[in-house]
Amino acid sequence: MRPAPFDLVAPSTLDDALAAVGDGVDTRPLAGGQSLIAMMNLRLAVPEKLIDLGRITELSSIDVNDTHIHIGAMATQARVERHPDVVARTPLVAEALGHVGHWQIRTRGTIGGNLAHADPASELPAVMLALDAVYHVRSGSGSRTILASDFNLGPYSTALTEDELLVGIDVPCLGVGETTAIVEVSRVAGAYALAGAAVWCRMNDDTCVASRIAVFATGSRAVRVSAAEGAVRNARLDGRAIKAASSATTSTIPVHADIHATEAQRQHLLGVVVARALGVAKARASLVAS
Amino acid sequence: MTSVQLTVNGAAVELFVEPRTLLVDVLRDHLGLTGTHVGCAYGVCGACTVVVDGLPVRSCLMLAAQADGAQVKTVEGLADAGDMSALQEAFHNEHGLQCGFCTPGLLCSLTALQEGDDDVSETHLDDVIAGHLCRCTGYAGIRRASRVAFGFPTSPRETS
Repeated sequence: MRPAPFDLVAPSTLDDALAAVGDGVDTRPLAGGQSLIAMMNLRLAVPEKLIDLGRITELSSIDVNDTHIHIGAMATQARVERHPDVVARTPLVAEALGHVGHWQIRTRGTIGGNLAHADPASELPAVMLALDAVYHVRSGSGSRTILASDFNLGPYSTALTEDELLVGIDVPCLGVGETTAIVEVSRVAGAYALAGAAVWCRMNDDTCVASRIAVFATGSRAVRVSAAEGAVRNARLDGRAIKAASSATTSTIPVHADIHATEAQRQHLLGVVVARALGVAKARASLVAS
Repeated sequence: MTSVQLTVNGAAVELFVEPRTLLVDVLRDHLGLTGTHVGCAYGVCGACTVVVDGLPVRSCLMLAAQADGAQVKTVEGLADAGDMSALQEAFHNEHGLQCGFCTPGLLCSLTALQEGDDDVSETHLDDVIAGHLCRCTGYAGIRRASRVAFGFPTSPRETS
């Protein structure tokens, strides 16, 4: 199958793109197209008009300051994954991107496209929750920021309004004593995760003084697990605390069943990925401390 | 209709296409370069992979219009005046193909990897190969061929 007919515009500036987004017809912004064009090939998406953002160079910058990395929405996943500052300062982002499709997808797929598409099985929304990132959004009438915790509303649904474009994201750099990890289970490399967890912890020696634990691919959107965060707060991050966080997750986070996994399997895997991610994060903290 | 200018295997071409025309259809139907195969048409199988501006790309997930101005290399562009590239030779010698449907995509991904800046590990090779579905070889020949082409040691009987 091939896409149904549509009109295509390819503005070279963000202002022109913003004017086109708000023009009233059934318009979709086209980033890397690695989800949207697939959906159009299958006729699951039949937009009247596409706005190709690929010519807007100002949207693909990657800028670093003392506290944050700003990643432009149109920066490709393959470029971000290998960017030395991303690898060094926000390693969770680089690690997560290794799970996003394959290299041949990430060469075209973008950070902003992935986040705005809001696939419940996507790693990046969970990473942004774990890192407390801030989404930057523009429309023809102004700009605003959206906290990661407010961005994802449900499957393929975000807080973006029809006349807005996601232009970039600010990701806090890893601080001293902070550690991260992402773990997911999928049937084959590059396939959608059956369950995944992204964690951020601030350690004081062996004690976890603060954490953000986000899970994905188990429900309608990535969510933080407050019960698991509570289970490790001010606790020595050992097997007992990790087990408590894992149990707190499986007992508070509802999961769905589908053709790939039953509810019981997915609930089990959810506990496994939370435990493994916390274990990896702890090990990394130990490595740095020693 | 949209005007699209491409450089394909070194030759400049100008095309007039509908916006919905995919890069793979331009290559196959407009230019007759049918070495690039269409498998799933939603990005999963890797058969349609070509090299766009030095990077491997699913040509079923790229509009021809998005490739305007790009340098495209297909499997037809890998041999030099009939002489197979070292990568192609390795696939030939090491049983890296059987039916050949996935082969053009694999060759394009691995060519992009060879010509890129990254240091390539054997794990990295496997990650790249994992982006292509092969239903004949069981991957043993593909892995062996790629290791030969990238200069990694192989044993002739390696099967995993």
